[in-house]
Amino acid sequence: MALVSRTNPLPQTALIRKATDRGGYLVFRAVTILLIVLPGILAVSLLIRARPILAKVPILDLLTSSNWHPARGEFGFFAFILGSAWVTILAMVIAVPLCLLTAIYVSEYASPAFAAVFKPVVDVLAGIPSIVYGLWGVLAIVPLVAGVAPAVGRYLGFVPGLSTEGFLTGDCVLSGALVLAVMVAPVIIAVSVEVLNSVPLELREAALSVGATKWQTVKHVVVRKSLAGLVAAIGLGFARALGETMAVLMVVGNVVNAPHSIFEPAYPLPALIANNYGEMMSVPLYDSALLLAALWLMLIVILFNLGARIGLRLVTARFWR
Amino acid sequence: MSWRHIEERAFKGLMLFSTALVVGSLLWIVAVVLWKGAGALKLSMLVQMPRGGAYGDEGGILNGIVGSMLLSLPATVMAGLVALPVCIILQDEHAGRNPLIRTARLSLDVLWGIPSIVYGAFGYTLMVYLGLRASVLAGIIAITFVQLPIVARAIDEVMKAVPRELKEAAYATGATRFEVATRVVLRQCLPGILTGLLLGFGRGIGDAAALIFTAGYSDRIPGTLAEPVASLPLTVFYLLGTPYPETRARAYAAAFVLLVIVLTVSVVSRFVAVRFRRSTVS
Repeated sequence: MALVSRTNPLPQTALIRKATDRGGYLVFRAVTILLIVLPGILAVSLLIRARPILAKVPILDLLTSSNWHPARGEFGFFAFILGSAWVTILAMVIAVPLCLLTAIYVSEYASPAFAAVFKPVVDVLAGIPSIVYGLWGVLAIVPLVAGVAPAVGRYLGFVPGLSTEGFLTGDCVLSGALVLAVMVAPVIIAVSVEVLNSVPLELREAALSVGATKWQTVKHVVVRKSLAGLVAAIGLGFARALGETMAVLMVVGNVVNAPHSIFEPAYPLPALIANNYGEMMSVPLYDSALLLAALWLMLIVILFNLGARIGLRLVTARFWR
Repeated sequence: MSWRHIEERAFKGLMLFSTALVVGSLLWIVAVVLWKGAGALKLSMLVQMPRGGAYGDEGGILNGIVGSMLLSLPATVMAGLVALPVCIILQDEHAGRNPLIRTARLSLDVLWGIPSIVYGAFGYTLMVYLGLRASVLAGIIAITFVQLPIVARAIDEVMKAVPRELKEAAYATGATRFEVATRVVLRQCLPGILTGLLLGFGRGIGDAAALIFTAGYSDRIPGTLAEPVASLPLTVFYLLGTPYPETRARAYAAAFVLLVIVLTVSVVSRFVAVRFRRSTVS
């Protein structure tokens, strides 16, 4: 711009171009600022709708009571929180070892050709709608769990968490966890592979050159070097599992129950929110309670996500997935 | 054989087992749903409305197919309209030090992780605030929120890949930032943007949790934006809850159609991305 002489006014077209530039960027910035405040707007609008119940019941009671009788004005979330915890943690227990081993195989052992096919296939499968996972759960997993539950109860029922005393149908914690485990697998694997690939080749070569086996190299060098990133991958998977609604809802039983065993039905928070849309209009405070549940869900998931992202940023620069 | 070699063998076996199990499970899902759906699907279902009420045992799933399109297509356009300006801002020079850009990235990270049921709940609060009822409009808004972070992240990725020299060449000829953004970066990224939009569309059309609160369900095709509307995922969900085999068959058919749409979109978007990469010189 400095090349334009001060004595000659800018020609008409240049003025228009300059105005378009200013105006256009003003709009772009405004949209960006809107996006920046969007999470805040989400939280605040949920909080506003949740205030009636927060004003009436102390938050500690809401969190620790398992009396859920909306018609009588009793809203205890404990059973739902416990349900979410059981399903999500069991899903992670199933998924994490399998996903990490798969990720190590793909990044360290598999041929480049296999890895090249593996990644897009997993990406495509990651995009499958959760309702489809849910349908698979209904058609395949629930009958499977219903089939094995009696035998497990007979021989392993004494183990805490494996009792089948509260077993009703195949719709239970285990079914929900199995479906969730498969759903989070693409997320955990994709991020883990990326993290493992970011470990410099020289480190592996150094370990191999002093006589370490491939597995020793992986165990002592590659995994150790990328530990924070792998934890972050697990965190992202956990957040995804915690918020997953439809697929879990379809296979987990939805009985208000604080589960003691993986064969008991549960009622996780997202399922509670999704399932009660019809009633919540008619019962006082009901919609307030559900939107409070949504707010909690949002805050917990954000916490896990941001923690994982910060972990990833520390491990791999400019890695944004 | 020494211990470390036994360990090597054991873990390699475990890894192969895990990989096979994970990939097998994922393919199992696709196979089950396609198999069950193909058995239930009759071509007439694709062009017929449900008869005998929403849960009736006759007719087709046209309301779900049309409804999903009515919700996801506008939502994709809206998500793109918000994502594009944001992504252009994200590409500014000195992005690392600019607080606006750093906060925007953080915000996108946060939005990316928020579960769709929360977007549904937020859409509901918005609906109540605006005095809307379960409607096409509310559904479009909710799906836009679901798609926005996905589309924005995809577009940001392709815009990051635009060679710096290309932009600098344009600046050197005297182009303004706006001209560089719209005529150079945007044009260079067009196939990548299309990929991002397809990715968002695929995610949006499969989302049910955000729609339960906002779009509702209907056995008719809505005439206005203020009427409730069916969608394929909710068709699967609601019809599966019925005890009648004929009605459940329509749920399988709806899942089949949904899965085929999502897989097709996903493969096409990858194809577009690959074609784009081939056509780039640098």
